[in-house]
Amino acid sequence: MRISPANTQRIMVVALWTLAAMTVFTLLFILGYVLYHGLPHVTWSFLTESPRRMGKEGGIFPMIVGTAMVAGLAVLIAGPIGVATAIYLTEYTREGKITAIIRFGADCLAGIPSIIFGLFGFVFFVITLGMGLSVMAGALTLAIMVLPTIIRTSEEAIRAVPRSFSDVSMGLGATRWQTVTRVVLRSASPGIVTGIVLSIGRCISETAALMLTAGSALRMPHSALDSCRTLALHFYTLMREGISPAHAWATASVLIVVILLINLVAYWLMRRFVARTV
Amino acid sequence: MSEPQLQSDPPAGQQGLLPKIAIRNFSARFGQSQVLTGINLEVHACERLAIIGPASSGKTTLLRSLNRLNDLNATFAHDGEILLDGQDIYGDSMDVPTLRRRVGMVYAVPIPLPWSIYDNIAYGLRLAGIKGRSEISVRVESSLRNAVLWDEIKDRLRMPAMNLSGGQQQRLCMARVLALEPEVLVLDEPCSGLDPISTAKIEQALAELKDRYSVVLVTNNTKQAARASDRTAFFLMGELVEVGLTGQVFTAPRHERTGQYITGHFG
Repeated sequence: MRISPANTQRIMVVALWTLAAMTVFTLLFILGYVLYHGLPHVTWSFLTESPRRMGKEGGIFPMIVGTAMVAGLAVLIAGPIGVATAIYLTEYTREGKITAIIRFGADCLAGIPSIIFGLFGFVFFVITLGMGLSVMAGALTLAIMVLPTIIRTSEEAIRAVPRSFSDVSMGLGATRWQTVTRVVLRSASPGIVTGIVLSIGRCISETAALMLTAGSALRMPHSALDSCRTLALHFYTLMREGISPAHAWATASVLIVVILLINLVAYWLMRRFVARTV
Repeated sequence: MSEPQLQSDPPAGQQGLLPKIAIRNFSARFGQSQVLTGINLEVHACERLAIIGPASSGKTTLLRSLNRLNDLNATFAHDGEILLDGQDIYGDSMDVPTLRRRVGMVYAVPIPLPWSIYDNIAYGLRLAGIKGRSEISVRVESSLRNAVLWDEIKDRLRMPAMNLSGGQQQRLCMARVLALEPEVLVLDEPCSGLDPISTAKIEQALAELKDRYSVVLVTNNTKQAARASDRTAFFLMGELVEVGLTGQVFTAPRHERTGQYITGHFG
């Protein structure tokens, strides 16, 4: 039996709509579930106090600071290296063996489970370089982890800038570097910023790689060489060791809201930027 | 095909002067494919030279060799020399950004940068080291006037250049180059995608500029070459077939192929 084209059309519209709706529903359900269980426990003192009795009481202020330090440092390290690599790959070299090797390496790096990065970070940064369990060791580990994302998204963004813009810029007497900074990066920046924001999100939500590198100290980190516990790891510990499910959900709520805020700010920045230049 | 004696005399009053551009036995190739072979051609000060010829005859490659834009293609290689005021542009002492400011180029397709009209023109000026806002403003206005665009957009300088019509965009691209006060203006089929009115405005601009610049105009439109040039060079398959005063090339071409092309028998 054959189904008429008009009917396949109807069936597919319904099927695609259902699948899309499932995606949105799942997302909203998870968000709602976490916020429903967590938000009632998120109070001002929860956000601003240090944890007491292993996190059963008190707040999560040191975790917020630790998360910001680790994620911020990781992106500060990986961002410039990643964007520079992307510029090199797209503007300063011809396609060949070297570019293929760099890309293959980046892709492999992207596929490695984060616990492996954690193990590497533990052996190399924590032990060999003697950093100990610290913000720095965690940030460096995360930097390596998010580097491929930043390279690839920046590369795509730069490639999306028409070649003819470079021709015009050079034709007007710009050097390659002036062209890269004033024309190419300027046009590519929304894409590059998106990649970096995604990376910040990944850093904030990373757990496994930090367990072995940043540690799980409850006290406030005062320098990059102090150990710290990030929000995601705090959630994991509270839940896993059954310390306080209520505080665990509250921590998760804060985590989700922070990531949401970062995305919103990034979109706002991007739209503002695009509106100004185009 | 391109014997030196085919070079016509320069326009009256120019004799004895160094040519603005002297192309000497210039050949170019991309990888294995030979695009230009043994070109000898001169462009004099304040003359308008049209280059005509069918597709893939090497016209664009020649233009892009004049400001070394072909260098951006890693497979490009050349022989022979191109002299600008007697200086070899492919020589070590030639500063390429300066060369590109002296030999300004307008492309076949208008390519505004994704900024405002004002910034499109100010960009090249800032690259040239001009910092003063007032000087930039003055030069933005004068270049837009020279490109016959000012009256249409003078109230909308902050508008995105992408919002202009195709013909306006092309005149903006011309203004962008004129703002740098180049010595030679090279145009690569600048009217290929434009309506007759925009084409007329660009030709008007070229006519008004002829006293100040040497103009090299590549065109597919033989009528345009006849209207807007002093001399015309005919290229075929990467070789210069003949060059002469435009009137002479169009009425009494020395070569059979030239006549056939002009009258539309091929190409």
